[in-house]
Amino acid sequence: MTSINLKPQIATPATPPVATPPTPVAKAAPTIIEDAVLEVRNLSLWYGRTRALTDVSLRIARNRITALIGPSGCGKSTLLRSMNRMNDLISGVRTEGGVLLDEVDVFGRSVDPVELRRRVGMVFQKPNPFPRSIRDNILYGAKVNGYRGNHDELVEQSLKRAALWEEVKSDLKKSGLALSGGQQQRLCIARAIAVAPEVILMDEPCSALDPIATLKIEDLMRELAKDYTIVIVTHSMQQAARVADYTAFMLSDEQVKGRLVEFGDTQHMFTTPRDKRTEDYITGRFG
Amino acid sequence: MTRVLFEKQLAELRSDVVDLGSRAEQAIRQAMISLRRRDLVLARQIVEGDYEINRRRFELEDHAINLIAMQQPMASDLRTLIATMHIVTEIERIADHAEGIARISLMLAEMALPEPLGHLQEMAERGIDMMHQSITAFIDRDVALARRVCDDDDKLDALYDANYAEVIGRMVMDPTQAKVLTYQLWTSHNLERIGDRATNICERVIYLVTGRMEEANVSRY
Repeated sequence: MTSINLKPQIATPATPPVATPPTPVAKAAPTIIEDAVLEVRNLSLWYGRTRALTDVSLRIARNRITALIGPSGCGKSTLLRSMNRMNDLISGVRTEGGVLLDEVDVFGRSVDPVELRRRVGMVFQKPNPFPRSIRDNILYGAKVNGYRGNHDELVEQSLKRAALWEEVKSDLKKSGLALSGGQQQRLCIARAIAVAPEVILMDEPCSALDPIATLKIEDLMRELAKDYTIVIVTHSMQQAARVADYTAFMLSDEQVKGRLVEFGDTQHMFTTPRDKRTEDYITGRFG
Repeated sequence: MTRVLFEKQLAELRSDVVDLGSRAEQAIRQAMISLRRRDLVLARQIVEGDYEINRRRFELEDHAINLIAMQQPMASDLRTLIATMHIVTEIERIADHAEGIARISLMLAEMALPEPLGHLQEMAERGIDMMHQSITAFIDRDVALARRVCDDDDKLDALYDANYAEVIGRMVMDPTQAKVLTYQLWTSHNLERIGDRATNICERVIYLVTGRMEEANVSRY
């Protein structure tokens, strides 16, 4: 290989040396969410004496997909689970600050957690259909919430919205557990949709699925975002880049546990992040 | 430090870009020698050598595409690879301008240019320097240098203007020299375009460092 001497080859006019400041990456203007369905306001959370979140403030845009990314233990699942008080189920949890759903603090005494979880549904990492028929899986939550409409219509609409109807319509009595992993996850999404939520929280919904099933869920998420607000926790940067409108990067270190480092529209977060820690994480140079 | 393999692959790619730049620079120098000395053997070697530069450019582009597919880069890594793909194209076209000058040298055959090249040699030196500095800016991720190189294009354009005025003047004085003077004009056009290509490289350097796409210096030609 020939190497070249990277020095100027001809004399250039003498100019006084001028100190030039380092050139930063183009800073995108801070992303402002005007129409937020959920607002996390100065939220801190402890599991017993262990702090998991520190002063997190974040607005979740209505009918958009927001991804929470960050290394293991950064608090992203804790933050997600705070949005519909799933953390209530763990003893010793204490919070400061709040999560507002349409301006009402979800931690407020008057808020019924069951009604909150109807409005803010959740899809988990591992598909968890009930050991019942496909139809019963859809109707269960609706019945608990006192649904009085046409059951057949609800089953069909929910399964259609979850892009599962065509695959299961001939046998709705089949056990939900007899479906493939990807179908089971879409059944869980259909089950969540059936109670007419406003927000769907997804905690690594594709981590147990193969690439084809994953892409189907991602397509479904884009479709669902027309009617629902989605918040997704994912370890896959590519998935966040593919599906999310907005991305929040979280980090824990020795000093501060579970802090929000950067939030912005996904395009900027994955091409020109403002914070070096975000850049290091998404380019795989973290740690 | 994580991603050790990817870092190594990026370093290799950068080194290969420098190598390609070195070959293009050498081609310009040789083309000017062939023109000055009326060395037709050398001119033919430059024309033939351009195939190898083209081949290496495709090889580097392929390398960059493979890294995008296999390493799924993000942020500055992605910008570096995208910028690299554009930069190798610009370098390959700079070499095309050297080939163009070599072809002019062949067309001139036994004819000589009216005088010992005049502005052309200075244009060549400036063009080479601009290309050189643009690749330095790429390796060092030096936006300030990239901007200075873009500003330098005005000097090359001024030399082109001077050469143009001189050629036209001579044509008026002695129309029998029109053919050889036209070749002189074509040569200066090739050299002027080298400056534009170096400016394009610098624009890509600015992009890979800042993430901003901007036109740094609009050529008048």
